[in-house]
Amino acid sequence: MVLIVEQLLNGLQYGVTLFLLAAGLTLIFGIMGVINLAHGALYMIGAFVGTWVALQSGSFWIGLPVGLAVTAAVGVAMEVGIIRRLYARDHLDQVLATFALILIFNEAMVLIFGRRPLRTNLPEIFSGSVEIMPGLPYPIYRLFVIVVGLLVALGLYILINKTRVGMLVRAGATNRAMVQALGVDIGRLYTVVFALGALLAGLAGIMASPIVSVQVGMGEEIILATFVVVVIGGVGSVKGAFIAGLLLGMIDTMLRAFLPRVLAGFMDGSDAQALGSGVSSMGIYLMMALVLLIRPRGLFAAGA
Amino acid sequence: MRKENIGLVVLLLLLIAVPFIAEMTGQLSLIRLVGQILIFGIAASSLNFILGYGGMISFGHAAFFGVGGYVVGVMYHHFDQGTAFLGIIPGTDQMLVTLPLAIVVAGLAAALVGALSLRTSGVQFIMITLAFAQMFFFLVVSLKTYGGEDGIMVRRTNDLPFLNMRDKATLYWVIVCVTAVYFLAMRRLVHSSFGAIIAGIRQNERRMAALGISTYRYKLVAFVLSGMGAGLAGALMVNFLRFASPDMMHWTRSGELMIMVILGGVGTVIGPFIGAAALVALETNIARWTEHWHLYIGLILLVVVLATKGGILGLIRKVGGRK
Repeated sequence: MVLIVEQLLNGLQYGVTLFLLAAGLTLIFGIMGVINLAHGALYMIGAFVGTWVALQSGSFWIGLPVGLAVTAAVGVAMEVGIIRRLYARDHLDQVLATFALILIFNEAMVLIFGRRPLRTNLPEIFSGSVEIMPGLPYPIYRLFVIVVGLLVALGLYILINKTRVGMLVRAGATNRAMVQALGVDIGRLYTVVFALGALLAGLAGIMASPIVSVQVGMGEEIILATFVVVVIGGVGSVKGAFIAGLLLGMIDTMLRAFLPRVLAGFMDGSDAQALGSGVSSMGIYLMMALVLLIRPRGLFAAGA
Repeated sequence: MRKENIGLVVLLLLLIAVPFIAEMTGQLSLIRLVGQILIFGIAASSLNFILGYGGMISFGHAAFFGVGGYVVGVMYHHFDQGTAFLGIIPGTDQMLVTLPLAIVVAGLAAALVGALSLRTSGVQFIMITLAFAQMFFFLVVSLKTYGGEDGIMVRRTNDLPFLNMRDKATLYWVIVCVTAVYFLAMRRLVHSSFGAIIAGIRQNERRMAALGISTYRYKLVAFVLSGMGAGLAGALMVNFLRFASPDMMHWTRSGELMIMVILGGVGTVIGPFIGAAALVALETNIARWTEHWHLYIGLILLVVVLATKGGILGLIRKVGGRK
């Protein structure tokens, strides 16, 4: 029981990370119609810059804003320099151009920060753990990540449903051409949305950096899961990204934690370990295939 | 003979001469390089059939490449151990068995993936093909019997009757023959009425449906044929490198195959081979003078995608003054 609650919380923490990435990606996808494989690179940049500044300055709280600012700036530069040229292109060009960006950003990180993974310590006040259940101490930092993720979700909800910018975003996701015809400066809206997506990806990267190891390739590991979230949730739907993100985060974590143990009941220990971890890695993709077969546009597709 | 055919014959003669050239110049790595180019060319060409002609953007093509490779690897493993696959099918090291088997198994895998994936389109199609490829990837990673993450070493290349396949040059010539046959078959395929229907579906699927053509069925057949081609390439690659690993199915491999198609020029028969040659040659040459070769590949790819239409072949034709 204690173990299940612990893994559920871990899943929740992974889930909000996925949500932060997927929220930006689904908006970029839904509004600009661009498949941005390089979204994971922004997550990586956030993690690298945030961690490096934190290491140099000795404080997580300096690394966080600097990391966010740099990621957002890279996002804007990326949109203005390259992504903008892809709006009118077909999906194939988009996939390949952003694939090229992954290669470029990865090598840039190697050139700037080297190949060795960066390591940070947790900020002082988060280093302990609280006993949330009898016999279950849980790290404060992970709880902090969950809380921040949920707060961002709330903030996004308000931004999208209650503000003028949010109205334009929703309108853009439903019918791009109509928004443009109504005289909205769509180019600026695109840049703003892309910067927002970059900011969220950077935030996810910085918050994940004390938990995962900060290294080149961390973006690709998570971007595929993020795409699964976006597609299951429905392209363009932040609500879908939220629900699918948390769901997938928890399912993935639970499978990884428990499947090898279940399998070990039937077969040899090391085989069970290998098969269990392999099959649990397949889990989210299997879910995506199932969802798409039943609802080809995802659960909460915008503009449907 | 048409001008194009003369060019192809000259190219074929050059390819046959590669082992002699390698021996004369002392650059024995040339055989390995050209062999890989031909094999990747087959894989890219098979992808180009659905991607360039059919407009189906499959982001999971490496899965079928890997499946073909693993058929050879698994069969060799059982042959080596003297055991049987699933306890019934004995292993073998005969290329006349393994190559067709690899093609059939990859075709079956493509039939399964295609039947489900082709119910979606657009972004969802790209992502679901990627998802299936990831499932295949993690499946082979989790199979400890077949090496898991490490893959399978194939210590001896498959045998062909009357040929000494341990000789690198002999194996290379076999690959040249297979590639030539494959190339001619692909050329017939795209110029057949079936190829015309596939291209028609790309241009306007609803119109083809209105003409009374069951587009789903045609697309599925094209997808299966394409998977079979990739399986053939995978099987050859495992024979050539004597190694089958999950890396063959990694999603970046699917990306590389797409890059080859784009580099060479979408929707042409020879294009993917040119693209494969360009990418493999670029990788080898840039990797020789800098370890950061990914950066340069990325920049080149970005320029090609953003600035050219029709890839290298389009460029050649533009310079040559032809349309």
